[in-house]
Amino acid sequence: MFKGGVKLLDFKELSKSEEIEEFKYPEKVIIPLSQHTGAPAKPTVKKGDTVVEGQIIGEAEGFISSFVHSSISGKVVSIENYPLPNGRKSLSVVIESDGKNEKIEGEKKDWVSLTSQEIIEIVKKAGIVGLGGAAFPTHVKMSIPPGKKAEFVILNGCECEPFLTADYRVLKENTEEIIEGLEIISKTTSVKKSYIGIESNKIDIAEKIERAIENKKTEIDIELKILPEKYPQGSEKHLIKSITGREVPSEGLPIDVGCIVFNVQTTLSIKRAVCDGIPLTERVLTVSGLVENPKNLKVRIGTSISEILKYCGGKLGDGKKLVIGGPMMGINIPSPDVPVIKSTTGILILPEENLPETIQPCIKCGKCVEVCPMNLVPAFISKYAESENWEMCKNLNVLDCIECGCCSYVCPAKRPLVEFFKWAKAEIKKRKI
Amino acid sequence: MERKITCSPHIHSNETTAKIMWSVVISLIPATIGSVYFFGVYALKIIGVSVISCVLTELLSQIIFRKKIRIFDGSAVITGLLFAFVLPPRIPLWMVSLGGFLAIFLVKELFGGLGFNIFNPALTSRAILLSSFPVEMTKFTVPLDYRLDAITTATPLAIIKENLNVHLPSYWQMFIGNRAGCIGETSILLLLIGGIFLLWRRIITWHIPISYILTVAILSLIFRQDVLFQIMAGGLILGAFFMATDYVTSPITPKGKIIFGTGCGIITFLIRMKGGYPEGVCYSIIFMNMFVPLINRYTLPRKFGGKK
Repeated sequence: MFKGGVKLLDFKELSKSEEIEEFKYPEKVIIPLSQHTGAPAKPTVKKGDTVVEGQIIGEAEGFISSFVHSSISGKVVSIENYPLPNGRKSLSVVIESDGKNEKIEGEKKDWVSLTSQEIIEIVKKAGIVGLGGAAFPTHVKMSIPPGKKAEFVILNGCECEPFLTADYRVLKENTEEIIEGLEIISKTTSVKKSYIGIESNKIDIAEKIERAIENKKTEIDIELKILPEKYPQGSEKHLIKSITGREVPSEGLPIDVGCIVFNVQTTLSIKRAVCDGIPLTERVLTVSGLVENPKNLKVRIGTSISEILKYCGGKLGDGKKLVIGGPMMGINIPSPDVPVIKSTTGILILPEENLPETIQPCIKCGKCVEVCPMNLVPAFISKYAESENWEMCKNLNVLDCIECGCCSYVCPAKRPLVEFFKWAKAEIKKRKI
Repeated sequence: MERKITCSPHIHSNETTAKIMWSVVISLIPATIGSVYFFGVYALKIIGVSVISCVLTELLSQIIFRKKIRIFDGSAVITGLLFAFVLPPRIPLWMVSLGGFLAIFLVKELFGGLGFNIFNPALTSRAILLSSFPVEMTKFTVPLDYRLDAITTATPLAIIKENLNVHLPSYWQMFIGNRAGCIGETSILLLLIGGIFLLWRRIITWHIPISYILTVAILSLIFRQDVLFQIMAGGLILGAFFMATDYVTSPITPKGKIIFGTGCGIITFLIRMKGGYPEGVCYSIIFMNMFVPLINRYTLPRKFGGKK
């Protein structure tokens, strides 16, 4: 188990029992070419082209990049810059539906006969990226660099952010497919032992997972680990620590300690791409918080968030704000007129908080030190950031901060600690300190 | 409509600085009642004057320095209570108000106010008064004698120190607080109730009080002193739970807190055994306050994934 972290009220009851519901076929989608970590995809269609669902509309540029597919059938009406739900902007392909709902039929394959190279190529062509929020291209993660060896594949089923239940529902409703996906990843990376990590608040699906593990197709050893409910249990580094006891070195990657970690929906997408030939054109996300009907929706990439909110009875204004992602690490954006992208894990309407307008003094209570899962001293870093002493921020390891928000959450003075650290990191990068 | 965009996290715990401060005030209520029971209504006057002096000084300082008025966060009230607790039972009230002023203005606000002071305000002000008015600051009276000119006597530690021919209180009397001393330090029972409340409310951690008290206990064992007497006879319990744990003037890391508590324990014992004063809690904490930045620097935790 890792040190620090906080126990949060999880608010998952709001949407936990809602079955995954397919959101309506959108009339228009805005599909950004840069939804992932790495280089933006290069558009392969132009204005006026007709596309069908599953067709490639952007191809990966370089190794760390990803393919992008159309999520509906219709006509490309424009290719221009649009704001993304992560606060950035990206060149996006706008497609209007032609009502024909045509799609490319996937080719069914028996994956056991495929080589690792072939599987990685399929994953790359299917545009699969980490669906837990980081959107790192999955084919890169599955390509073990020379000189390194993966010992464990870990399925991250923690979903430790409050409110979010999409991964839980997917794990519950698609258990067998996910186990198969895990087997595919393990085989591709020559791993003999895999773990599934879930938090104890999902104990009700443990039996179903165990049964699916018994019916697995290969000899790969899969073990379910029930972890205590403690945020940020789903942080990659902390999940590895909890399951294997290993610590990913600072500035290092999970593979440095022989681990690779995959999100629930990423694993499902890998299975569907490899076995059924289906590219990533949709994802499941949770709509919750101050909405009339909290739901877990299966949504086509590019669907407008404001339409989803309308469907779930979510209104902004009157002290309510829109957060994309979870309440601890999600991003507050001003307008819902943005599309769902591959990394959109949740759409939340949360009450605006009554926080102090000016920065309050730190009383050095040390609560932030107690909860920091990276063992930093947020109180001191924030004081140096306040006086814009970026060297000291760096010396106190602000660059190791994962922005989980535990320190800000517990701070009695409500100091904007995460905000300070984001600022410090940006300044350190800008000034090349 | 212009909407304010906020940075993550979008939820926060409901703990606030003011809630913490007022909880500390609550934790001091049992000992406050005890001080009035043992030393009469005059003790209540000392406490009242001290609190009012601290809060008014804070208000005036914040007005003069054009800072945000934050007298309602309870921190000046705590200083007022704690300062009163370390005063003898018949001290002139004008000295109390002077001390309250010094604690807040000189020791706290001149250093930048809440969160910026280096020394514990209540204890530092007491130290100044002790050197300025040595007679009045060491005039202790017999408990439960409510007269203004109550019979004077020596504190248990002074009896030991100066080998006086005075009857020492029993363990039980010391535990409930029926002995001579500063008005808020005598009742171990009532102080422990407050201390346990602070631990339960997770406002303080065990590190400082336990390492402090344990150090004094171990040193007493080694140097053949009466352990229970050393723990209960002076201001150790008040100091260990309420003074040394002051957030602003104690280390922030758990390891640092233990070093701090141990240091306080060693110096307290040293002063009691070898120093000129019978009691060393006040000076030991002030002394250790100076080392807080240094202790913090050398006890920074090893970062996750850092070199072992």
